[in-house]
Amino acid sequence: MSLKGFHIVFIIFSTLLALGVGLWCVWVDLVEGAPIYLAGAIASFVTAVALIVYGIWFYRKMKRLRIIT
Amino acid sequence: MEIPYTVSTRPDTGLWNAKIGIWLFLASEVMLFGALFSAYIFLRIDAAPGTWPHGLLNVPVGTMNTAILIISSVTVVLAWAALKMRRYRAYWWYMLATITCGLIFLTVKLAYEWPQKFEHFGAYIKPDALAKYEQYLGNERRLEKGLEPRIEITGHLHSQNAKEYEVALDPVNAHPDDPAMDRPHFIPLPVTEKIATIEKADVQRATMFLPTHSAYFASYFTITGLHGLHVLGGVLVFIYMWLPVSKKLYQRNPEHLANRVEVSGLFWHFVDLVWIFVFPLFYLL
Repeated sequence: MSLKGFHIVFIIFSTLLALGVGLWCVWVDLVEGAPIYLAGAIASFVTAVALIVYGIWFYRKMKRLRIIT
Repeated sequence: MEIPYTVSTRPDTGLWNAKIGIWLFLASEVMLFGALFSAYIFLRIDAAPGTWPHGLLNVPVGTMNTAILIISSVTVVLAWAALKMRRYRAYWWYMLATITCGLIFLTVKLAYEWPQKFEHFGAYIKPDALAKYEQYLGNERRLEKGLEPRIEITGHLHSQNAKEYEVALDPVNAHPDDPAMDRPHFIPLPVTEKIATIEKADVQRATMFLPTHSAYFASYFTITGLHGLHVLGGVLVFIYMWLPVSKKLYQRNPEHLANRVEVSGLFWHFVDLVWIFVFPLFYLL
């Protein structure tokens, strides 16, 4: 697997982590009722969306530049 | 002597040599970290209920370090892409950003997170002396609520003599009957000014938050320490490839430098991927 392929795998795992952290923050907020965790959840979900957008952008850029190894 | 297959692919494998080498190495790394993660999970599963430490790490700091590593993975792949496009100046800046991220990660880990643990103290109280320290443990209320009893008093070690420890208490032991203390705090609360005197005769074992404290901290320091060594190794390789010596290789054979960056980038991605598993396991769950 090339660095390009491994990077896409890594971004997928990072996105899953961001979604997981977001859900974890929601869970802690429900248990503790602390607004700071709700802010954390929003930040995590926004990060997950940003990572998905970045992943698509990266894939398209690599395809366009034909950087395939 | 010319080393073969540094740029061109081998006819039998269809790959250049370093790429096969790095994947074999990463396979061994998977086994190394896999064994450690397995050990951690089984230690945790086997721990008696209520005895596994939880919420002792600083989640916001861990999250920041996770973000730094993800950013560094982006910059290293952009550095490689810049070389592929023969843009050395852009490569130089992306590589500098990657090195900076790695150094920030290590600094936060070694100068902030670990020292915070080294300063913290915990004393496990003998079962027959737990009642004597009820004011710091709040076990009567916990038993009424069906919660596991507390057996440890934690805080900053104020002083000690041959017979006693004096401990500036953590909020959990300073206000043990506060229901808010029944839950782990992922954003750490500061140590209080309330001092508890604990007789050494009543203590089963006492230690700072070091690997000797518990299986949790033994696993934490082993895995994050090994991971930190990998980050350090990656940073040193990146520094070498960022120095002027890389420019000479670039002028002689740019594809060779691109391949070196790709191989080290694969290693860096693996190290970052390990952290993607370390963070939720140790900080959140």
